[in-house]
Amino acid sequence: MNCFKRSRIHRGILLVCLFLPFAVWGCTGSKPATEASASTSAKGAITPQMFADAVHSVMMADRTVYATHVVTNLKKQDAPVAPSEYWDSEELKIPLPAQMFRMGAEIVNQNPEAGFSYGLKSKWPLNKQNKPGTQMETKGLEYIAEHSGENFYGEEEVAGKKYFVAVYPDKAVAEACWECHNSHAERGDDYPEFKKDDVMGGVIVRVPIP
Amino acid sequence: MRFRNPVMLKYSLGIWIALSVGLIIVLSLSFPSSKSFNANASVFLPGRTTHGHHQIEMQCTSCHDPFGGVQDDACLKCHQEELKASRDTHPKSKFDDPAKAVLLEKINAQHCLTCHKEHVPGQTHPMGVTVPLDYCLYCHEGIAEERPSHKGLAFQSCSASGCHNYHDNTALYEKFLTDHADEPNVRSDPRLPVRSFVETNKALNITKEDVPDDQQFDHLILADWTETMHARAGVNCMGCHKSESSEWMSKPGMETCKKCHEGNVESFLQGLHGMRLASGLSPLMPRMAELPMKPHSLHSELNCMACHDDHRFDTQFAAADACLTCHNDRHSLAYNGSSHEKLWRDELSGKGEAGTGVSCASCHMPREEKRSGVVTVSHNQNATLEPNEKMIRSVCINCHGLQFTLDSLADRKLIDACFSTKPNVDVESIRMAVERMNSRRKPK
Repeated sequence: MNCFKRSRIHRGILLVCLFLPFAVWGCTGSKPATEASASTSAKGAITPQMFADAVHSVMMADRTVYATHVVTNLKKQDAPVAPSEYWDSEELKIPLPAQMFRMGAEIVNQNPEAGFSYGLKSKWPLNKQNKPGTQMETKGLEYIAEHSGENFYGEEEVAGKKYFVAVYPDKAVAEACWECHNSHAERGDDYPEFKKDDVMGGVIVRVPIP
Repeated sequence: MRFRNPVMLKYSLGIWIALSVGLIIVLSLSFPSSKSFNANASVFLPGRTTHGHHQIEMQCTSCHDPFGGVQDDACLKCHQEELKASRDTHPKSKFDDPAKAVLLEKINAQHCLTCHKEHVPGQTHPMGVTVPLDYCLYCHEGIAEERPSHKGLAFQSCSASGCHNYHDNTALYEKFLTDHADEPNVRSDPRLPVRSFVETNKALNITKEDVPDDQQFDHLILADWTETMHARAGVNCMGCHKSESSEWMSKPGMETCKKCHEGNVESFLQGLHGMRLASGLSPLMPRMAELPMKPHSLHSELNCMACHDDHRFDTQFAAADACLTCHNDRHSLAYNGSSHEKLWRDELSGKGEAGTGVSCASCHMPREEKRSGVVTVSHNQNATLEPNEKMIRSVCINCHGLQFTLDSLADRKLIDACFSTKPNVDVESIRMAVERMNSRRKPK
């Protein structure tokens, strides 16, 4: 544990356990690109990278459950309620899976006890707020877009604070996702024509380090 | 300085102790917890308090901690619900992402006080904004590249032209604008939601009154009561006049009203009329207002009865004529004779259908339709007052098209004239949004 507060990790682990008791450590199954010294540590210790991988696996599990068992189920049943980008100002609408994901991120980011933060960003955001905010985020998003199946890890300092940064590919898995993005009025001229399994953006997990 | 003479030293110590004791006494008198503090609090007001807070400026502890600092939650404890309801465009949470720290170094948007400094001498813009009005520039300087239509627009015009607000954009975002493009000035069936009333079979008549025999009162009061919704809903005299110890209470207060009208009372306390009471101060009196008030009303106290006239509880009177009993500004005075007023009088006389009239309360105390379908009246007029675009969804578009609404709300002269004519201001936002959407790639 050379660069990471043990208590913060424990709080993070507790959070993981609360959200999904059956979370499995390190299930990305890909060869990571690493620019981070914090990814290595003494044998047996939980590194920031291991922590980031773990919380990412929980995030993805929850998001998949929402997309599969909530959104798709509503559609299958021809329910009067449907997901919509404007769910909070229209009747009978629920958040899109990506919005649900970001709402969760907002709650975690507000929680000083969480010990980490995360977000969903893209090189090609439909909402400009979701573009990369730092050089490392830009680098990470470019890396995962160019190296299919790989994660990106790095460290950076933002406004005087150091962070371990992990960027995981966010792929086009449900047709509804890429169809909506491909036909969205907010897409720019250089916007890609997404298809199944394309990297549309990245999940960025940020862990403060000393 | 050293005193070699013991007598001089003794006197100096005495003077020092006396001065210290005097200082302690003066400070203790000025301490916020002392009763005299609020009476003398004006010495701590370096500048003029904004119109939204001047009523409670003497209650320092509403915002300050005992040692003079501003409480962390000073703003949000009153405004949080309002911000939530407006789906705040720039909530604190938007900047929790560490990557946004760079933006916060330019302007700390996570603290209300960055933009809203209270009673500090200097420039205070509308809505209590105390930063230069081109504050959008800090984060949106590249907007013209993203939206060529914005090229050349001054940054202080973002929020001053009826196009954007910092917090509440519920009726200004692009999709809402395009969804409401090409609407007529007045809708084909303009009407507001009609208030819900309790339906019961417990209606009471004058023979059923339950005033204790030992109480004397003007029997005209009973006649008034029988005509109220209270009598129709089975609320007898003791329903309001019974104290906690089950004895007769001659002057029931707001707490009594709250037993049945909780939402109305709570929203009243959140608004400009009730915020003094909510802060533990005496009731607002029109003489304390910054707006012009009618001379005969200056010393009346604002509570439920001020507008609802006990025993008659005439909501129609409360909706317009009660307001005009006190308010004496141009906008209020122009109401009588306006098209809105004509519609209101028509509704009252039965010539117009329910919901087609427009009273002062129609706009300033909007009717809120709950998910249950029940329609209640918010008594928090502050919720839709400023910026006035907050009124669009809850009030204006029930009757008017969005373009007409935006133009009207941006026309200061028209507001002063209480919307008696058509607007002379042209807000471009709908056209900009439609043109932009049309220029984007068409959906497949």
